[in-house]
Amino acid sequence: MLVFILRRLAQSAVVVVAMSVLVFAGIFAIGNPIDVLISPEADEIERAAAIARLGLDRPMHEQFMRFVDGALGGDLGTSFVHGVPALGLVLQRFPATLELALCAMLVAVVLGIPLGLWAGLKPDSMAGRVIMTGSILGFSLPTFWVGMMLIMAFAVTLGWLPAGGRGETASLFGVQWSVLTADGLAHLILPAVNLALFKLSLVIRLARAGTREVALQDYVKFARAKGLAPARIVGVHILKNIMIPVVTVLGLELGSVIAFSVVTESVFAWPGMGKLLIDSILQLDRPVVIAYLLVTVLLFVVINLIVDLVYSLLDPRIRLGGGRA
Amino acid sequence: MTEPLLRVDGLRTHFLTRAGTVKAVDGVSLHLARGEILGLVGESGSGKSVTGQSILGLVDPPGRVVGGRVLFKGEDLVTAGEKRLRAIRGRRIAMIFQDPMMTLNPVLSIGTQMVEAVQAHEKVSRAEAWERSRRALARVGIASPDERLAAYPHQFSGGMRQRVAIAIALLHSPDLIIADEPTTALDVTIQAQILFEVQTLCRETGTALIWVTHDLAVVSALADRVAVMYAGRVVETGTVAEIIGSPRHPYTRGLLESVPSRNRRGVPLRSIPGMTPSILDLPEGCAFRPRCDRTTGACAVMPELAGERGDRAWRCWNPVGAEVRGDAA
Repeated sequence: MLVFILRRLAQSAVVVVAMSVLVFAGIFAIGNPIDVLISPEADEIERAAAIARLGLDRPMHEQFMRFVDGALGGDLGTSFVHGVPALGLVLQRFPATLELALCAMLVAVVLGIPLGLWAGLKPDSMAGRVIMTGSILGFSLPTFWVGMMLIMAFAVTLGWLPAGGRGETASLFGVQWSVLTADGLAHLILPAVNLALFKLSLVIRLARAGTREVALQDYVKFARAKGLAPARIVGVHILKNIMIPVVTVLGLELGSVIAFSVVTESVFAWPGMGKLLIDSILQLDRPVVIAYLLVTVLLFVVINLIVDLVYSLLDPRIRLGGGRA
Repeated sequence: MTEPLLRVDGLRTHFLTRAGTVKAVDGVSLHLARGEILGLVGESGSGKSVTGQSILGLVDPPGRVVGGRVLFKGEDLVTAGEKRLRAIRGRRIAMIFQDPMMTLNPVLSIGTQMVEAVQAHEKVSRAEAWERSRRALARVGIASPDERLAAYPHQFSGGMRQRVAIAIALLHSPDLIIADEPTTALDVTIQAQILFEVQTLCRETGTALIWVTHDLAVVSALADRVAVMYAGRVVETGTVAEIIGSPRHPYTRGLLESVPSRNRRGVPLRSIPGMTPSILDLPEGCAFRPRCDRTTGACAVMPELAGERGDRAWRCWNPVGAEVRGDAA
């Protein structure tokens, strides 16, 4: 197990290094930030001074080495726009995105698995067909449009829920969380549902496909032949088998939900990392964009590692090195 | 005559598919006394497995039992509710399936799967259920049962898994075990061991056995009586000696001749010409007619199962050993 984790960490380090090179090269292609940062009336001297201050007069490889030097010390540069360390800026926004993503995943799992099981066990029933049709809608409707419709319906017309922002937050472990207050929770519902919709459809389809396959296996028939109650057959024999693909995809998707909640955060003015990224790209705030992307890469790496570990809990056939095999 | 343990009467199981109605089992009648071993023999697609599953109401949709009765100790299982069936499954009638690789859930430990089988029918503590599972494993010849209970199916060989399945079937000392080709997927040596063990265990516990198989050699070593199935119907039934020694139905004779034997060394093996008919569109009359060398005009009408006595009968107008009557084709 330890060997496995170490090997995975080494692989991950390679990924992080490769990503930082790509990100650095990519950010140069977007444009020159200096045009955005200083006022058009500034003269040549001010302009040159600003370029030198930001280190933009150096060749690209030299800038990269300076960046790596700083990164190894935990310094990903200072935001051009805000004048504070970029990493701190990203991490400060991280809890907002994390709670939004986790709530969305929770909605997707808690609703998606039962619905998928139902649709898989009774594929020809009315409910089964409705669930599947609904999941196609969830897949195909664009997130931003659904978000706006949700605001229209629940915030504007009905006035039940707030349209944007985080609402009141409470502090836990020195971080502000919306989930801990009633007002924050009310603010969280719409964006979480919006972000969950696509994942929900995915979970439903995965659970349904898995259920249909597993339900026909001999071991399910054998379980019935043992005289087990249907609840035990579905809840243990079938559920445990379909969880393996569901966990795989959810793990990968959790990363992407965190990384790409950009659209939902923009629609609902949710002050998370995604919103920060969009703003930073518009302002060509290079250090913030790089810090964001590196944090995202690290997140993916960590989540994948956790998924692999959860696997071995779910499926005894997967042994992560060592043990009886 | 005393009431037999199991009496299947005119059982019909049909599969309603888009292509039409598949009459997988079409009027099968069987009976079984306590402790008796019945071999249910037939080719693939003859309906023998579906017959076994129909008895316990385990046929998956689109299959459905559409007619007949399954009297188990006088109680009709066809009309019994799902709850009543659940109380019988595993407790009074147990089942063993063909592929031991597939019958145990890969993500649950053997212990979990045995304990749940015990607790499904009896309110006992986990510790007691574990102890019973341990004894059941020991009884089918599995060494160090404690360690084995904690293991998962993939850590077992095929033969061991089938032993586990048999141990599960024996947990509640059922009156009847339906074994659906349980040795087909195993090595010949393991097959022999399992056969011997099952036979011994059934004799010890007085459990009756329906052994579904395509292998006449297995049946001759194990069973008391045999029922031969073809295209969803029983075509011949009798004691093992009668079926092996003097088959009356041309299909049974064909099956026997296609078994390799030491006594016919060097002689080309006979096979039954043609193949199992699609039961989607069976011809009128005797289903074996197109492959039979004793066909006459009479065969256009389905013969009844008839013979010397109730349990020695065949479904043929021109049985082997009799003159082919009339307009021989």
